Amino acid sequence: MNWDALATYGPRMLQGLVVTLQLVAISITLGALLAWPVALARMSRSRLLRGVAFGYMYFFRGTPLLAQTFLVYYGAGQFRVQLEAVGLWWLFRDAFFCCVLTFTLNTAAYQAEILRGAIKAVPIGQREAAMSLGLKPRQIFRKIIMPQALLIALRPLGNEVILMIKGSSVAAIVTVFDLMGVTRLAYSRTFDFQVYLWAAVLYLIVVESIRRIWDKIEHYLTRHLRTA
Amino acid sequence: MLSFGPDGWGMQLLQGTWLTIRLALATLPFGLALGLAMALAKRSPNRWIRAFGNAYTTVFRGLPELLTIFIVYFGGQIALQKFVSLFSDAPVEVNGFVAGMVALGVVFSAYASEVFLGAFNNIGRGQYEAAYALGLRPSATLRLVIVPQLVRLALPGLANLWLILLKDTSLVSVIALEDLLRKTSIAVRVTKEPFLFFGVACLIYLALSMISSIGIVAIERWANRGLRRA
Amino acid sequence: MRIVKQAAIAALALMAVTGVVQAKEWKNIRVAVEGAFPPFNFVSADNQIGGFDVDIAKAICEKMKAECTFAVQDWDGLIPALQAGKFDAIISSMSITPERKKVIDFSRPYYQSPSSFIAPKTAGIKDTSPESLKGKTIGAQSSTVQAAELEEKYKDSEIKLYPTQDEVNLDLVSGRIDMLFVDKLPGLDWLKTADGACCEFVGTDMPTDGVGAGVRQSDTDLRDQISEAIVAIKADGTYDKINAKYFPFSIWKD
Repeated sequence: MNWDALATYGPRMLQGLVVTLQLVAISITLGALLAWPVALARMSRSRLLRGVAFGYMYFFRGTPLLAQTFLVYYGAGQFRVQLEAVGLWWLFRDAFFCCVLTFTLNTAAYQAEILRGAIKAVPIGQREAAMSLGLKPRQIFRKIIMPQALLIALRPLGNEVILMIKGSSVAAIVTVFDLMGVTRLAYSRTFDFQVYLWAAVLYLIVVESIRRIWDKIEHYLTRHLRTA
Repeated sequence: MLSFGPDGWGMQLLQGTWLTIRLALATLPFGLALGLAMALAKRSPNRWIRAFGNAYTTVFRGLPELLTIFIVYFGGQIALQKFVSLFSDAPVEVNGFVAGMVALGVVFSAYASEVFLGAFNNIGRGQYEAAYALGLRPSATLRLVIVPQLVRLALPGLANLWLILLKDTSLVSVIALEDLLRKTSIAVRVTKEPFLFFGVACLIYLALSMISSIGIVAIERWANRGLRRA
Repeated sequence: MRIVKQAAIAALALMAVTGVVQAKEWKNIRVAVEGAFPPFNFVSADNQIGGFDVDIAKAICEKMKAECTFAVQDWDGLIPALQAGKFDAIISSMSITPERKKVIDFSRPYYQSPSSFIAPKTAGIKDTSPESLKGKTIGAQSSTVQAAELEEKYKDSEIKLYPTQDEVNLDLVSGRIDMLFVDKLPGLDWLKTADGACCEFVGTDMPTDGVGAGVRQSDTDLRDQISEAIVAIKADGTYDKINAKYFPFSIWKD
């Protein structure tokens, strides 16, 4: 063990981990909010809405996150004058914000696909039963379809959170000091390969904890579906 | 700027795209073989082999792909160097392509082993028993009875992994393999046109995904040919 | 079919990694450059590498009567890849620092350039002491002397580190950073471009220990031969010719 390096960079790596978690938490939350309208648009009766949602989801699911991040970060730098004119440059100036924006758009596309699958998986009889009870379409969606779809979506959404934690490491390449960023910095100063292994352990702890917590949540929320 | 002349970057992007395709295609058989081996390990009657298979999956599904690539590329090289130096002082050279292939293959296999495992679990015991009753040896059972069904059952999951692999190849650009994204970055540095070039790169990746999807549909149709008659 | 074959070959190579025994007379030297640090080293659209480092490396190899092959490797990966044996020498404007000397060895310096700050002309920055740059966002290329200097002395400024110098420059132009800290000579070159016209050198330069060729610590013979070759090309005028091609003044370090 390289104790010197651990003493110098250990605390900074933990700070980096906090940045990673912030990045993921914000992106996943905003992505979840965006995913609903996108999923609904994707299933809408309007051809235009369907097409737009399809194109959006196809683009973000079909291209690498790293390329998307480069496109937003360095692309925005090229449009500084235009962005300043609309008063948005101060946002795009910040690498952390650019990453949040890219990750949000990316995860929203994946989450929308998960939701779409989940909504379609709710048995048609549920909708019919609700209709025969005289519920309005809006009520049917909110009280009948949505809760069941969310339960179905729970597991793939958990996977998406984990994929996002791992994927967020690309933020390091555009100057964000997340866990990966600090690790690269530490490596470039110490040239000691150990730092990558420490980072690996930290990532594994986080991913495994989230996976287990998520299992517990799922277990709790689906308790009514299990027969004794 | 995107032209194919000496001042254009078209040729460079094309070369990068070609490397991306080659890398993904070369990783596939390696990743599939390793994934199948890991799936078999997780079904092994031996407790230690099972534990190894499970640990492997946990680790390589939990690590960021970018980190796995760094660790395999640099760490693997250093480890190999130390290992070889026990026997001779010859320098070892693993080229970037192979290192990238191993790193991506390891990630791919961790996910693929889960897909295979799911497929194995979907093949009923009756299939093995029937093969046994027909007098097939275990190896023949695997080859003639299990694998054809396994392919069909695992195909949707593997197709998904292929699309992920195609995108993950972009991460090797950070270890200096001249893939599409790296060629694009070089073009951006020289031309100062990030939006144009990264945009084009995204569209090329998109095109690769689309072509793959078409191929996947064709393969699925082929794999399911025995089922359609009913 | 070719791809299947390629995969098979790659897999074979993996199983039986064979080392090539390197003759100690160094008849073949694999030289690495970053390829993103004009005018010292760069890659052009037709995939050719060039620049001061490359010309010097070629002259050194010629002096050593060795065959040189060039590899392009990302800056951050240069030292790890050298240690891993992917090439034999780094001739890529790498400054000699105590930190690097812990893991690799250097030839004698083949040029020297101080570190300088660059800021937009409109910013009106005069003083570049850590106190007066408090709260400013300063960019540099990661794993460079400049990055280390900033990390150590400019603790109250926000430091942003990039994979290549071009990206630092790009972000100074776009205004994401207030100033950048760079090797003076490439900085000079960049200020002459259309992009660099916005900006100027500010404050005081900081001296460095010069730039040498990096080799593995075990290759002391290669290190000494390169050092001798550097002195020899200076003596026979080759160095000055290359120098004049890029800079109107001498960058030689005695």
